[in-house]
Amino acid sequence: MSLKGKAAITGVGDTRYSRQSGKSVSTLQMEAALAAIRDAGLDPKDIDGVVAYGSMAVVAEDFITNFGIPDLRFSAVTPLGGASAVASIQCAAAAVAAGICNHVLIPIGRNGSSGVGGRIGSRVREMPQFRLIGEFEMPLGAIAPAQLYAPMARRHMELYGTTSRQLAEIAVSTRHNAILNGNAMMTKPLTVEDHQASRMISDPLRLFDCSLESDGACAFIVSSAERAKDCAKPVIQVLGVAEGHPDSPSAITQRPDMTRLGLAKAAPKAFAMAGVTHDDIDVAEVYDCFTYIVMCQLEDMGFCKKGEGGPFVASGAIKIDGKLPINTHGGLLSQAHMAGFNHVVELTRQLRGEAGKAQVKDAKVGLVTGYGDMGDGSIAIMARA
Amino acid sequence: METQDYQKPTPDPTPDTAPFWEGLKQGKLLLQCCSECGKVRHYPRPVCPHCYSMAYGWKEAKGTGKIHSWTISHHAFHPGFKPELPITLVTVDLDEGVRMQAQLRDGQPDGLKLEMPVKVAFEAATNDLVLPVFVPA
Repeated sequence: MSLKGKAAITGVGDTRYSRQSGKSVSTLQMEAALAAIRDAGLDPKDIDGVVAYGSMAVVAEDFITNFGIPDLRFSAVTPLGGASAVASIQCAAAAVAAGICNHVLIPIGRNGSSGVGGRIGSRVREMPQFRLIGEFEMPLGAIAPAQLYAPMARRHMELYGTTSRQLAEIAVSTRHNAILNGNAMMTKPLTVEDHQASRMISDPLRLFDCSLESDGACAFIVSSAERAKDCAKPVIQVLGVAEGHPDSPSAITQRPDMTRLGLAKAAPKAFAMAGVTHDDIDVAEVYDCFTYIVMCQLEDMGFCKKGEGGPFVASGAIKIDGKLPINTHGGLLSQAHMAGFNHVVELTRQLRGEAGKAQVKDAKVGLVTGYGDMGDGSIAIMARA
Repeated sequence: METQDYQKPTPDPTPDTAPFWEGLKQGKLLLQCCSECGKVRHYPRPVCPHCYSMAYGWKEAKGTGKIHSWTISHHAFHPGFKPELPITLVTVDLDEGVRMQAQLRDGQPDGLKLEMPVKVAFEAATNDLVLPVFVPA
């Protein structure tokens, strides 16, 4: 048995993304969750499973309280940082395939820009999976992901000749797509020269290699294949899904090959489960906390060989009219940092044909990835039924 | 410096990791070493991933190694590091086969290369905390 075709994304929703929401995280998540439930044509009381986000700002029981859910039969957390959203699809698909529940709500909401939870440098210090880093690297000054991930990019550059201008191409094409989106924080065109002139954060990562800090929320619903047919919108089937953890998952410093992410283990499983090839992928939403991470994932999924990611992204392949359009919503780099939940929302809209000005023509099969927590990876391959 | 005046994050050692920090205070770089199969591991943890033994000792490292990668941080992310920006953090392949990260001292950040030889040195951060640094070998 595999999870192929056992589950579908039936509803997606989001709030406005901003630097200052003026709303509580709880309010943001309820707003996005209700939008996703409406989108699916469901009643809030139909939700019988919740996978809450690992920050635990809002927990599954908050949805019982707010929606009056009479019998929540499944709750879980997938603590993989930015790989959580897509790992949640695997978790929820397994739950609905086993008959535990029918409709699993998967929300995120945060005041990542304005909020009490603090910005990224302070947030990661509080996360239990950062215990090793907290003891052995943060006291040396390696505090935030930009600093912890920069050595991966630097080594890739030294081994393969990858350049900052190649990474810039990712930031530029992602910004182009954000401008088309209509709900993106960054709406001013960006050039490679703008990227090169942006201030250095942690060499080789410049400001425009880094994702945003955002306020807002989004949510999606994973339903059993059987019950998905009752929902309002075209069924977006989950064909293949997997998560993968790199060697030395919690400390990049100790990773045998620091240019290889957990996604390298997950991607072959997801492609095999889905029974599709790379050429079948019409659109890809690739987790983009940093430009380098996008390039590395394209290699780890096999869209190009290890070391060839720089020329691949600079070739124009990843542009909206290229052979592999990526991050058609503007991603974490230019739409909003919703930990990749917005990537799931966007892929669903692309496959439904609801992606507006950024719609990829005839998008039938697509993939979405997650990356987080020092290198965990996740991938889902989906198609319109 | 008195511990209470120190403005940067400090380690919170556990019984599994405390000997590493105690070693630094004595000017020694101690690495955890499996008592069964003899393999060295870092960062410290309870189980040997090669033979699953939970018996271990500590071995003094030579303190020499080669640069595996690096970053030069121009943004502090923690106010305690602001006064010393930019900071150069090097990831080093120690001769014992494990890696370690530390700030680089007395080096030329612009001239860094993979495989560049470095050696460990020790800097007192507070009366009760010594941190490792690397210097060119």
